[in-house]
Amino acid sequence: MAHFTKATSLHDWLNQRLGIDTVRRVMATEYWIPKNINFLWAMGMILAITFGLLLVSGIFLLMYYQPNVATAFDSVNYTIMQEVGYGWLWRHIHGVAASVVFLIIYIHMFTGIYYGSYKKGREMIWISGMLLFVAFSAEAFSGYMLPWGQMSYWAGMVITNLFSGGSLHANGLVEWIRGDYVPAQAFLSRFFMLHVLLIPLAILGLIGLHFGALRIPHVNNQDGEEIDFEAEAAKYKAGDKANSKVIAFANDFMSKDMMVVGIYLIFFFYLVFYHYDFAMDPVNFDPANGLKTPAHIYPEWYFLWSYEILRPFSTDVGLIAFAFAQVIFFALPFLDRSPNTVPASRRGLFKFWFWAMLIDMIILTAMGKVPPQGLFSTIGFYAALTFIGLWILLPFITKFEKKV
Amino acid sequence: MKNSSRRGFMGKAFGAITGVGAVASLYAMKRSWDPLPSVKAAGFTTLDMSTYKENELVTEKWRGKPIFILKQTTEMVKKAKSNPRDIERLVKVGDDYFMVCLGLCTHLGCIPGYHPEKKNFLCACHGGMYDFTGDVTKAPPPRGLDIPPFKIDGNKLVLGEEGSEYKKMLENGTTLRA
Repeated sequence: MAHFTKATSLHDWLNQRLGIDTVRRVMATEYWIPKNINFLWAMGMILAITFGLLLVSGIFLLMYYQPNVATAFDSVNYTIMQEVGYGWLWRHIHGVAASVVFLIIYIHMFTGIYYGSYKKGREMIWISGMLLFVAFSAEAFSGYMLPWGQMSYWAGMVITNLFSGGSLHANGLVEWIRGDYVPAQAFLSRFFMLHVLLIPLAILGLIGLHFGALRIPHVNNQDGEEIDFEAEAAKYKAGDKANSKVIAFANDFMSKDMMVVGIYLIFFFYLVFYHYDFAMDPVNFDPANGLKTPAHIYPEWYFLWSYEILRPFSTDVGLIAFAFAQVIFFALPFLDRSPNTVPASRRGLFKFWFWAMLIDMIILTAMGKVPPQGLFSTIGFYAALTFIGLWILLPFITKFEKKV
Repeated sequence: MKNSSRRGFMGKAFGAITGVGAVASLYAMKRSWDPLPSVKAAGFTTLDMSTYKENELVTEKWRGKPIFILKQTTEMVKKAKSNPRDIERLVKVGDDYFMVCLGLCTHLGCIPGYHPEKKNFLCACHGGMYDFTGDVTKAPPPRGLDIPPFKIDGNKLVLGEEGSEYKKMLENGTTLRA
């Protein structure tokens, strides 16, 4: 057993038992962040804080929500919204955060793609991040079922039907997932379980993995420069902070990070208090009705791009294209054959690939929202083909990229 | 050596028992996700076919799903008879012909709407179309509307039971087992 002495303070008492000074050093005061970064490097902290907001608001919603097909709709739209003191606040924070979190995830992802932050030892950061994206998507979908409105029901019907695999007609699998022939009580209860327990647990674990994956390769910087973190840290610790290329995570980096977070939170709470309606589909204020499809079913904005890749094709081709779109981002570190870790602007053809991909995904998102007719249908079709084509092109254009 | 092989055996035995336990628990978990017997047994729907009006779509409910019943007019039957694919889709009860279909688009399960003047179905989700016998006329749906298992019992139709007419439809590929 370790040797303990009489504590001189509460801090010392805790330090002898938990090593809080070591924890603080490893996690904060001697965790090094490059200086050569910009506000886009704050997206991770914004995501962590948004996840915190989702967790806290979710806890309060959980106190009154009833996962029962007969009472779920009213427990949200009457009990929480009308009766519970400040219930509306939790619901609007939860709804807005669920939507905004995807906006930040996409910015976070495209920042990583632009600066090549998925290469040279940073592959696991990218892969764990993509796993988080999948987990957040599942979390968003399962949460969308819970108010048991028309969009909940029909989104549940359509998405679970995807698992029939088109011509494979795996209806048994679909019924197994639902626990019934149609989305009903068994379906609502199990998606409730997934939303409040299993998926959040997975997300917490993946966040740990994502942070852990950062420790050895460290955070990338604006030039993709390979920094000798030990030498730079030594300079910093010796007092030569001006010439060191790194700063400490806390308090140096955090103080700048929190400024970006502060600006974000102003935007976030502006949405919560004045524009929460964008995250609340009016169709979902009709209770679920299995005998009446809404005139136009569309997912939330953050799923529109992949929905549009599914839509313009026949069922089987559409499903394959959709499956491709869901997994292909995982392969980015391996499809990019160039050794260059520099911003896309210095990477020749990749620069055009990056902007083409970003613009194509915005077009897909827009076309996913409008009814699938005429010109929109055509644009959507070509945008979907462009998406697939760009991924096929990626290994070739990066293979012949000049070394910088 | 003796010790380490004993240790190796213990390790393998431990691993084997854990493996069996893991597979058994996975099976239990799979079974817990299965539809409940009460859900599966939630029965059979009997319809009185003499109550329907010609060219008027009625939506019945069977196992929580909408069932389209469309009594055909003489003109529709005549048109259907000119196309063997169409007439095979219709259910004859007494002297009348009916379209009896699962009212869920075979693409992704939305409910198509019926236009009595045009005598066709349009699915608003992705623009799929069906004719008055439920056969597909415009993609993306991969096939016509599925026909639920039925049995003709005099003037009545029992949904959920597989009668000889339904089995014939399965055999000649008119419908899939819905």
